[in-house]
Amino acid sequence: MKGLPPVLITAIVLVAGFALCAVQFPNIASTRVVGNLLTDNAFLGIVATGMTFVIISGGIDLSVGSVIGFTTVFVALAIERWGVPPLVAFVAILALSAAFGAAMGAVIHVFDLPPFIVTLAGMFLARGASFLLSTESVPITAPVYSAVSDFALRLPGGGRLTAIAIIMLVIVIGGALLLNLTRFGANVYALGGSRVAANLMGVAVGRMTVRIYMLSSLLAGIAGIVFSFYTSAGYSLSAVGVELDSIAAVVIGGTLLTGGQGSVIGTFLGVLIQGLIQTYINFDGTLSSWWTKIATGVLLFAFIALQQGLVALARRPVAKRAGAVS
Amino acid sequence: MENSLDPAPPLLDVRGISKSFGAVRALQEVDFTLRAGEIHALLGENGAGKSTLIKAVTGVFPRDAGIVRIGGEEVTPRSAKAALQAGIATVYQEVNLLPNLSVAQNLFLDRQPMRFGVVREGEMRRRATAQLAGFGLDIDVAAPLGSYSVAVQHVTAIARAVDLSARVLILDEPTASLDRHEVEILFKIMRQLAKRGIGIVFVSHFLDQVYEISDRITVLRNGRLVGERETASLPRLELIRMMLGRELAETTSARAATREHQAREVCASFENYGKAGYVAPFNLELRHGEVVGLAGLLGSGRTETARLVFGAERADGGQVKVEGAPVRLQSPRDGVRHGFGYCPEERKTDGIVAELTVRENIVLALQAKRGLYLPLSRREQDEIARRYVRMLDIRPPDPERPVGLLSGGNQQKVLLARWLATSPRLLVLDEPTRGIDVGAHAEIIRLIRELCDDGLALLVISSELDEIVTYSDRVIVLRDRAHVEELAGEAIDVGNILAAIAADSVTVALEAHT
Repeated sequence: MKGLPPVLITAIVLVAGFALCAVQFPNIASTRVVGNLLTDNAFLGIVATGMTFVIISGGIDLSVGSVIGFTTVFVALAIERWGVPPLVAFVAILALSAAFGAAMGAVIHVFDLPPFIVTLAGMFLARGASFLLSTESVPITAPVYSAVSDFALRLPGGGRLTAIAIIMLVIVIGGALLLNLTRFGANVYALGGSRVAANLMGVAVGRMTVRIYMLSSLLAGIAGIVFSFYTSAGYSLSAVGVELDSIAAVVIGGTLLTGGQGSVIGTFLGVLIQGLIQTYINFDGTLSSWWTKIATGVLLFAFIALQQGLVALARRPVAKRAGAVS
Repeated sequence: MENSLDPAPPLLDVRGISKSFGAVRALQEVDFTLRAGEIHALLGENGAGKSTLIKAVTGVFPRDAGIVRIGGEEVTPRSAKAALQAGIATVYQEVNLLPNLSVAQNLFLDRQPMRFGVVREGEMRRRATAQLAGFGLDIDVAAPLGSYSVAVQHVTAIARAVDLSARVLILDEPTASLDRHEVEILFKIMRQLAKRGIGIVFVSHFLDQVYEISDRITVLRNGRLVGERETASLPRLELIRMMLGRELAETTSARAATREHQAREVCASFENYGKAGYVAPFNLELRHGEVVGLAGLLGSGRTETARLVFGAERADGGQVKVEGAPVRLQSPRDGVRHGFGYCPEERKTDGIVAELTVRENIVLALQAKRGLYLPLSRREQDEIARRYVRMLDIRPPDPERPVGLLSGGNQQKVLLARWLATSPRLLVLDEPTRGIDVGAHAEIIRLIRELCDDGLALLVISSELDEIVTYSDRVIVLRDRAHVEELAGEAIDVGNILAAIAADSVTVALEAHT
C-alpha cells in the first residue's frame, strides 16, 4: 500500500467510479458519452495542465479563470466588432495572456511576494478588464467557428472526438512530455523541492518562475479560445471559479499542493473524475448539478488526507533505504 | 624556465581576512593555506570563527579585508554559485540538494545530457551510476534522493561538487549525523579525492576523526588564527590547549575548600540513559546540595546530556529515578513536573522573551506548570517578581522593565529566577556565564554555590574550566558524545580535566575497565 503512487490511486478511483456508473446506467459505457465528456471538459483539461506546472513548482495561479473569461470576450469582440481575422485574434490573445503570466511571474520573483496574492490581483485585473470590454454576451458567428464545431473524428460506436477534445489531448500529452522529459520539467520539480537549494545548484530561479506562470497563462488563453469554440460566444462572466476546479483536479490527480511532486497525467485523470461525476448527475436527472461540487469536495478531502498520510509515512526514518555500499 | 624551481603556489591561499558584524570582530586577519591533495582540518570552539571564515571565503557575505587566491590567482566570489565557478565547493551539514528529485537528477540538475531538447534519462542514469560507483556507492539512482540516508545524500553532494570541477572542497561538519560505518565510507572518499589532487577543508569537532583523516590542522580562537600545524607532530593535549587557550602552568586555580562529603540523598539518578547517535548511554547520580560539572569540548555531548536529563530530548534506553522512584521522562513537561529546570545555552533564542517584562519572564515557567486555568493573580506575580529581583540582585530592580533592555548577566539571573520560582529540585545550567561581564560572572558563581547549599541539585555545563573547578563537587568529562571520566574531590583540577579530554580512546577505555 505504501508504495502505491497517488496517480495510481486516482486511476483506480476513476475506473471504479466509471464501473459503478456503468452498472447503474449501462449507456455511460459508450464512446458517445466518453467523447462528450472529453469535449465538455476540454478547457478544464488545458488549464489544469498549466496549473499542474505551477503547483509542482510550489506556487499557485488563481488568475486562470479570469484569463479564460477575458479571452472569450476579447476574441468575440475582435472577430465580430473589430473585424480582425480569427487567426490574428488568436495569436494576439495568446501573446497577451503569455505576457500577462510572465508579468505575474516577474512580480512574484522580483518582489519575493507570495504567488497567492499576486495571482489574486491578476484574477481581479483580468476579470475587471473583461467587464471593461463588454458586460454582455457576444455571440460569435464567424465561419471558422461552425467549421471547428462540425469537425470531429468518428469513433466506433457512434462517438465523436471533437476538435477541442483533440486540442486538449494534444496539450495534455505535450505537457506530460515537457514535464517529464526536459530540463525545464526537471527544474519545475527542483523549484518545488526547495527554491534555496535549486538556486545553489545553479537553476535560474527567476527565469524559471517567469516561464512557469507564462506557461500557465498561455494555456489559460488557449483554454479561453477553446471555451469560445465550445460556447460560440464571449462573455465576461464565463469560467468563474474555474481556477478552483483546476486546482481540485490537480490535487485529486495526486500532485502535492506544497510542490515538488505530481504529474500531468494525474491531473488529466482528476479532470475526468470531475467530468464523470457531472455525467452521472446528468444521467440521473433528479439530482441538482451542484452535487458535482459536493462530490468534488468530498474527493478533495479524501485525497488531501491520503497525501498527508503518504507524506507522514515517507518521513518515518524506518522507511529510509540504507543505500547499499560495496 | 628560471621559475621552474619555485614551489607551486598553494591551491587555496587566504591572507589577512577580516570580518566584523557591527562592533563584533568575528575574524581578525586570519591566514589559511590549503595545498593540493591535502586534507586540512579547521578547528575551534563555538564562536571561534570557522563558519565566518568559510562564508567570507566563499562569498556568502563580503569580507572587510584580505585576499583569497586559488592556484595563485586572486578571486572574489560574490555568491556560492560564483565560488563554485572559481573552483570552491562547500557541502554543509544540512545537505543542500533536492530530496524530491532522483539521485541522478540531483547530480545532473541543469546540465543533464540532452538530445533533441529531451533529457537522455538512460544516459544520465548510466553516468550517475558510474559516478557514484567511483565513490563505492551502488544504489538505484532513479529513486528519490530523500529516500536514502544522510550519508548517501552527503556523498551525492560531494560527487556533484567534484564533478563540477571543484578543486577546493569544504566539508562543514560532514560527519555530525553519520554513524561509524558511514564515516569510514566518507573518509575513504575523502582520501581518494585528495589523491586526485583536490584540497579538502574538513571542519569537525570530533578530534578522533581529525587525527584519523587530516594532514594538517589550523586552529582558530575568538576570530584569530592560533596556529597551523602538521597533524602528526601535534599532540592531542597541545591541540586542546590551542583550542581552549589555556596554559597548563596556570591550571592550579584556587579551588574552594572541599566541603565535607556527608552522605547526601540522591535527587535523581539515570541508569544506562542515552540515545543512539546523540549521547552514549551513561550513568549519572545527582544529589541534593551538590554541583556536578560537565566538561568537554564543543560537541562532546554536554548540551545533549543536559537536554536528555531535562527531558527536552527523548532517550531510547535506560531508566530515570527521582527520589528513588522510577518515573517517565519523555518531554520537557515531564521534566517540569518532576521539579527539573533547564537554562539553555542560547539565552536569546531559547530562553528569555526579550519583549516581555522581568516579571512576566519570571512567572512564565510557574504559570506553565500550574496550567492555563489557574492564572496567577497580578498580586502574586508582583510578589514573586519582587522577591527574586531582591534575592538575585537583578539590576535595575524594576520588575516592569522589558528583559531585552537588561545586561547579559541580569538576563541570566531572570532566567534563573524563572526556574527557582517553580521550586525545582534539580536545575540544569548550560553555560550560565557565557557572554556576561566579569563582575556578573563572579556573582553567578556565588549564586550557584548558594543554591546548592540550600539543597538544590545542580548540573552545570561550562567551557570555562577554572569556573567548573571552582564550584563543582564532581566533574564528568565528556568526549565524542560519551561520558569518559568522573573526577571527584581532590582530583578536580584543570590539568586532570584537560588530560581526560585529551586522552586517546585506548587509555580511557582501559581506565574505564579498571
